[in-house]
This record gives sequence, C-alpha cells and structure tokens, in this order.
Amino acid sequence: MSTAVASRQSFAAPQTAWAWNEWWLLASYLAMSLALVVIGLEWVTRPAASGVPRDLAAPLWTIAVGSASAASCAILGCYLVLRRMSLLGDAISHAVLPGIVIAYLLSGQLTGWPIFIGALVLGVVTAALTQGLSSLGRVSEDTSLGIVFTSLFALGVVLIQGWVRHADLDVDCVLQGQIDFAGVTQEFYGWQISRPILALLPTLVVTIGFVALFWKELKIVSFDPALAAAMGVRVAVVHYLLMAMVSVATVASFEAVGSILVVAMLIVPAAAADLLSSRLSMMIAWAMAIGIVSAALGYVLGAALDTSVAGMMAVVAGGQFALAVVFSPRSGLASRWLRNLLLAVRITSEDVIAGLYRAEERDQATGVSIELSGVRGESTRSGIDEHSASPFVRWLASWRIAHLGWTAKDRLGQARLTDAGRTVARKLVRAHRLWETYLDTHFDLPRDHLHDAAERMEHFLDPELQAELDAELAGVATDPHGKQIPPADSAVDSSSLEK
Amino acid sequence: MIESALHALRENYNFVVILCGVSLLGAGAGIVGAFAVLRKRALTGDALSHAALPGVCLAFLVLGERNLPAMLLGALASGILGVAIISALVRWTRVRDDAAIGIILSVFFGLGIALMGIIQRMGSVGNKAGLSSFILGKTTGITGADVWIILASAAICLAAIVVLYKEFLAVSFDADFTQSLGWPVYAIDLLLMSLVAAAVVIGLPTVGVIMISALLIMPGAAARFWTDRLSTLLVLAGGLGFVTGVVGTTLSYTFDKLPAGPVIVLTGAALFLLSMLLGHRRGAIARILAHRRFRRSWQERQLLRTLYELIESSGFRQRSVPQDDLLSLRAWSPAEAQKLVQEAAVAGLVLPLPGGRVALTDQGWQQALEATRGHRLWQTFLAEYPEQAGSVVNLASVSVDDHLPPALSDELQAKLVAAGRWPASEVAP
Repeated sequence: MSTAVASRQSFAAPQTAWAWNEWWLLASYLAMSLALVVIGLEWVTRPAASGVPRDLAAPLWTIAVGSASAASCAILGCYLVLRRMSLLGDAISHAVLPGIVIAYLLSGQLTGWPIFIGALVLGVVTAALTQGLSSLGRVSEDTSLGIVFTSLFALGVVLIQGWVRHADLDVDCVLQGQIDFAGVTQEFYGWQISRPILALLPTLVVTIGFVALFWKELKIVSFDPALAAAMGVRVAVVHYLLMAMVSVATVASFEAVGSILVVAMLIVPAAAADLLSSRLSMMIAWAMAIGIVSAALGYVLGAALDTSVAGMMAVVAGGQFALAVVFSPRSGLASRWLRNLLLAVRITSEDVIAGLYRAEERDQATGVSIELSGVRGESTRSGIDEHSASPFVRWLASWRIAHLGWTAKDRLGQARLTDAGRTVARKLVRAHRLWETYLDTHFDLPRDHLHDAAERMEHFLDPELQAELDAELAGVATDPHGKQIPPADSAVDSSSLEK
Repeated sequence: MIESALHALRENYNFVVILCGVSLLGAGAGIVGAFAVLRKRALTGDALSHAALPGVCLAFLVLGERNLPAMLLGALASGILGVAIISALVRWTRVRDDAAIGIILSVFFGLGIALMGIIQRMGSVGNKAGLSSFILGKTTGITGADVWIILASAAICLAAIVVLYKEFLAVSFDADFTQSLGWPVYAIDLLLMSLVAAAVVIGLPTVGVIMISALLIMPGAAARFWTDRLSTLLVLAGGLGFVTGVVGTTLSYTFDKLPAGPVIVLTGAALFLLSMLLGHRRGAIARILAHRRFRRSWQERQLLRTLYELIESSGFRQRSVPQDDLLSLRAWSPAEAQKLVQEAAVAGLVLPLPGGRVALTDQGWQQALEATRGHRLWQTFLAEYPEQAGSVVNLASVSVDDHLPPALSDELQAKLVAAGRWPASEVAP
C-alpha cells in the first residue's frame, strides 16, 4: 500500500499529451520566427532605388550556410550539455586551430580533406590531453582544460602569425569567420552554389547519420555512463567518437562562421533546448530549431546593423536562451512562478472551504455562516483567516471560490457553502481524515503529527487513491481524533447536514 | 652614431617598460589565480575575460574615443555582470555551471564582436587597431603610465591577500566548514572573484581576451606541484607568473613576428609542463618514484612475512626454507619470487643458500618478526574496530606502535597469543 501511495506522488501531466503539446509549441515557435525573419529580410534587402531587382540569393545562401553549421553543432551540443562537457566543446573549437594551420602548411590548401583530418586529430588530442593532464598531474578537469586549450590556441596563433602568409587564414577570420562571403557562389556541376555549403551539408548529413547510428549508445552514455559501462557499451570509444564529430563540425563551421560562433552554436541552443524538453529527441529538435533561428535572425540583424553576422548570431542565440530561461513551460522562471501561484491559489481556496465544512460540522451544521471576507484576514470564528498564504494569493483564492460557485451569500450577506462547494469540501475533508487514519494505523507517529501531513496530502489524493485507502482501512468510520470520515459518494448529501 | 645609440636606448626603454609591465601582471595574475584554481574556479577567469569584451566596446562607443581607464572600467563592469549571470543561472535554473560558463562566454563575446563591427564601420573614429588588440593582446602598447597602473593594482591585490589571508585560506580549502564557522563565505568569495576580475581586466590589453585565463590558471596550477603550503604556493605562483612574463616578453620581442599574448601563454604552458613532471611534491615523476618505492617496501615486507609464516609452520626449527615453498603461499611467479629474493639479499635481509633454500639473516629475522607482528595486530585491530578502517591510512606502511596506544597494542598482542597466532615467548630458530 505504501508503495502504491509513493508511486502516485508525481502529479505531472501524462507524458503522451505533453509530447504533442511540445511539438505544437516547437512548430508555432518556428512559424513565428519564420515570420520575423521574412519581415526582416524584406527590410534588409529592400532595393536602394526603385527598379533595382531585389537580391535574395546572397542573403539566403548566408542563412543556409549559417543554418547548416548551427544545426550540426546544435545536435552534437545536446550531448555535450547533457554530459556536462560544454566546456570541452569550447576547448575543442579553440584547440583545432593548430591542426588546421599545420594541415594547411603541409598541404598548401585551405579546403578539403587535409584540414578536416588536422582538426579531427587535434580535437581528439585535446580531449585526450585534458584527461591525461588531469590524471597524470592530479589537477582538476577544468584546470587542465583551461591549460590545454589556451596553449593549443596560442600555438595556432603563433603558427599563423609566424609562418602563414595567406590572406584567407588570419586571426580575425579564425575568430569571426567569413560568413560575409557565403553569398558568393561558384559553379558546381552546373549549379551556382555557395562554397562553404559544400563542406557543411555533408557534415550535417554525417552528424545526423552518426547520431542515428549510435542513438542508443549516445543516449545511455549521456544519461548514465556507469550503467552504460556495466551494459558493455564502450564509453571511452563513444566519448572519443563524439569528440571527433565535434571537431569535424567545428572545423566545417570554422571557415564560414568562425570559432566564437561555433562555441555559441554548440552550447547555447542545446542548453536552451535542455530547458525546453526532457526528452532527448525533442531536445535535439529544439536545439536545431533554435540554432537555425539564430542563424536566420542573426543574419538579418547583422545586415540591418551592418556588423558582424557571426557575432549577431551568438547574440540571437543568447536571446533565445534567455527566453527559454524565463518562459520554458517546464522549468522557466515565469512558468514555475505561475505554476506555484496557481497551486497556492487552489490549495488556499480548498483550505477555506474545507474550513467552512468543518465549521458547519462542528456546529451541527445548519445556521452557521462564515464571513468569506475572513479569507482576507478579518476575524471570524472558523480561523480560516489565519491561512498563511500571501494577501494576493488569498485574494485570488476568494475570487476562485466565488467563480466556481462554492459559496453563496445568504440573506444576511454572509457566505455559505453551496451544495457544489459542500461536495468539494466533503471530499477534501474525507481525504484529510483518510490520510490521518492511514498514517495512524501504519506509522508510529504521535497524534499531533498527523494533522500537518494530512493538511498537505488532502489536496493531492485523487478518488482512486482514496478508494484504495478506504479499502486498506477496511471501512474505519472515524479518524484518530474521533471525527467521522465523510462518505465518498453524495448519496447522503447535504440534506443530512441541513436537517 | 649618437643618434643610433639614443635610438637603441629608446628601444630598450620601451622594452624595459613592457618587460616590467608584463612580468608584474604575470606575478599578480599568478597569485590571484592560485586562489581561483584552489577554489575550483579555474574557468571563471575565462568567462570573465570573454564577458569583458562588450564592456570595452561600449565604453568606446559611449566616449567615442580610445580612453584606456574608461574601457577597463567597462570591461570590469561587463565581466562582473557576466559572472553574476552565471551564478544566477546556476542558482535559479537547472542550467549546470559548465553550460552557464559556455553560454555567457560565447554570447558576450559574440556581442563584443558585433559591437566591434559597428565601431569599425563608424569610419575614422573607429580605428580598428585599438580594439582588436583586446582580443589577442598587444604588449607593444604598454606605456610607462600603464606600468604604474599595473603596479598599483598588483599592490592592491597583494594588500588584500595579506590582510585577508586567513579568510581566503579557509574558503579555498573547505568552504563548507568555513560556512559552518559562521564566516561570510559568500562575501569572501565575491572579494576573491573581484580580485580575479581586476587581474583579468588589467591583463586584457596586453595578453588579450582569449588567453588571459591561461595567465591566471597556469602559475597557480604549476606551483601546486611544488608545495602543500598556501604561503609557499602563493609566492611560487607569483614567481612563476613573473618568470612567464619575463621569458614570454623577451621571446616575442626577439622574434618580432610572434605576437606577445600567445608566446606568453606558451611559455606558461612550458613552465606548467616542467612543474608537472619535476615538481617534488606532487609532480608526476616524484609521484611515480614514491609509488615505486612504496611498492618495493611493501613487497619486501610481504616476502619477509611469507618467510616468517613458512618458518612458523615448520615449528621454528630452522631459519631457512626452500625457495619454491614461497610460491605456495603467494601468487608470485618463480621469476618474481627470484627477483624479490635477490633484492632482499642485496638489502642484507636474506641469504640465498645452495640447494634452492633461502635463509633469513639476523636483521632479516628481526624485520620479519616486526612485519608479521604488525600485520597480525592490524588484522586483529580491524576485526575489533572495523569502523576505524577509514581513519587509518596506508595500513601496510605505518607501524602499529606509531599508531596505536601501547596499552591497546599490548592487549591486541595478548589476544593473538591466546589465539595461538603469536608465540608467547621470544622464539629464535
């Protein structure tokens, strides 16, 4: 019995319903953002003079490049955030720099396989070095991380400034990328295509393939590495594969959007998505959506303000994260406040009518009427004005009671329980006394410890659970204080009280 | 001739100024950073420095000109704002600290870059050189006045540390305990972070946003390999930071293609690596050697105890046993046993006899007695007081008599004798 009670203690909405709500929320968010982007593009690309054709190709290519980069980063970022390794992503995106430079120095070209291999190697080396330093030197993870990535980045900068003489590879372009050139297209098998997309699209495909292929392993390693190891998943292999993928996504995005944006796109959308959903698939969907919106709106804002598009993308991502922090339905600050408020109002209003019910009961029930204004703190004989809720909550609660028709004014202008109110109140009192009785029979508690627990539980015992309790108690008629437990059905309705 | 000499002097004067500035900065950052490392806030400096960038740009936008103190104040303000947001996120939402640091770091930096873009497009006012030096740092920009600023801030940091040494020490090593003593841990932490912020901001123009955190972390982490005392650690961290500054600046000055910030960071990394390997307190080599020493003495005691047990089971008739019998009590391979015996023979504890027997020397016998007695006393002690197992470190290496009161060890020994596991009187085969 007690386990049955414990297992019912979650009061969350059913999962399936919530999943649908989530999809709708995501879809409407995307639609809203799309509208914003369209309006923004309309304004940004307005022709300087009438008669000049509107040039949409360059902005759209830029957005496509940004979105492809943001999407692959966001997917991988989810795993980094879940595994509490966000900063490893940050470190890798800085530390691949020397890999790129060395590959460039060896191969003489800035595109293609060598760069990817250089970055891949450095990414894995970063992860391994961080772990190695912290185990060999017994320093904490974050210390060794801070040392490894600053040193590797410094090495990269020294290599660039000391040995590279190439206009395409300087420190500014490493930091900020060259998304401004993403609009420049080139011929590719008869199509006019933006060059960075040639690297980014395959990266996105590979990323999705990687996640799909290792879905189960990644999931279990992210949520419970110890269990994963016990089940025979090679946690280290999965870890280094993930790090390799992060390096690939980083370097593919590097040229287009620069290292800062890569960090922002890895961590920010994923962290926001983590606030928005507690299911992995949904979280990834949210992260991709947020990343893509960042890319599109970031471009619009960057173009409107005539400044770094990469920087603006990071800012837009940050703005969306802030929105998620405040308004996320599950864990947002505003939603949490609202949920707590609603619960407080419900509990207060229920407490009040339960109090009225008890007062009726105490005075053998007929003519007693109690000032509902007692809810607002004036003295009445029932003591309900002593409710600990704040004045605002009590005000809302009194409104709720009136709105639900739980009380009505009698001839003297005093509030009395209506039949509907009495039914609700009786159920509450029944729940309260059942719980007290249950606690009394099953736990060795002093009598004066029963009331407070029941006072909390009465609001959460659904009829099903009450029936179970009733069956468990085998028809005990009175609670430990000797008061009658009201019946569940309304067969013996208020008529018996109002005799 | 005279002109070139003057030129050289002027050059050298600049160099000396830069050298002073950077090395003082290194020393200050090292000392402050040591606390950050101990407090497990190594990456706070990183978040701070990235978050400082928009402040620099905003100060520039507001004033419309390059004004170093104003920009540094802006940097300080936005850096502290960033760190405050991080701690608020961790406190009030379910965002974890690593994600919070990453978010603030990248979003603020992105904002800084965007603001910088706006400044650059403002034309003549937005001369780019001044601002982009904040990202990767530029030591050549240090003037005599800057050195005085750095010196003054280093002095303030030092004074704060000297005055609040005890408080910082307590918070760095056991914040929870400090809290339970009723000390204002939050305020102390805040002050510590302000010192870190000050060090970061002063370092920004010279070392740059991305790598200043290295200057904070590396000296402190490196010094940790050399000492277990906080006072020594701070002096060492300051010294290592100073050396990093001197060597890094000299290198970047000599090879003028090389930017100063990265060279300084690489110098720091080299010092860290050296300390990690060579540090005599916690360095890798020292630790491996200590581990090996411990292993050897443990194995030696193991061997002596085995010999004793064999002699005991033969009724203390003779002081030598067949070497092969060793293998029956321990999971040694014959080669391992041979090696152990040889090592013990070199130490003068055993004597290999012809015919494959091993004998204990007098010294060996005494040590074997001691090792076995200690082992059995520990066994009895832990059987009696199992809850003490956690409080006794390294059972194998510490002697019983050093650790237990004499009365207790006598009592335990009496128990052993009663159980027939220890001879009542002295035996000598």
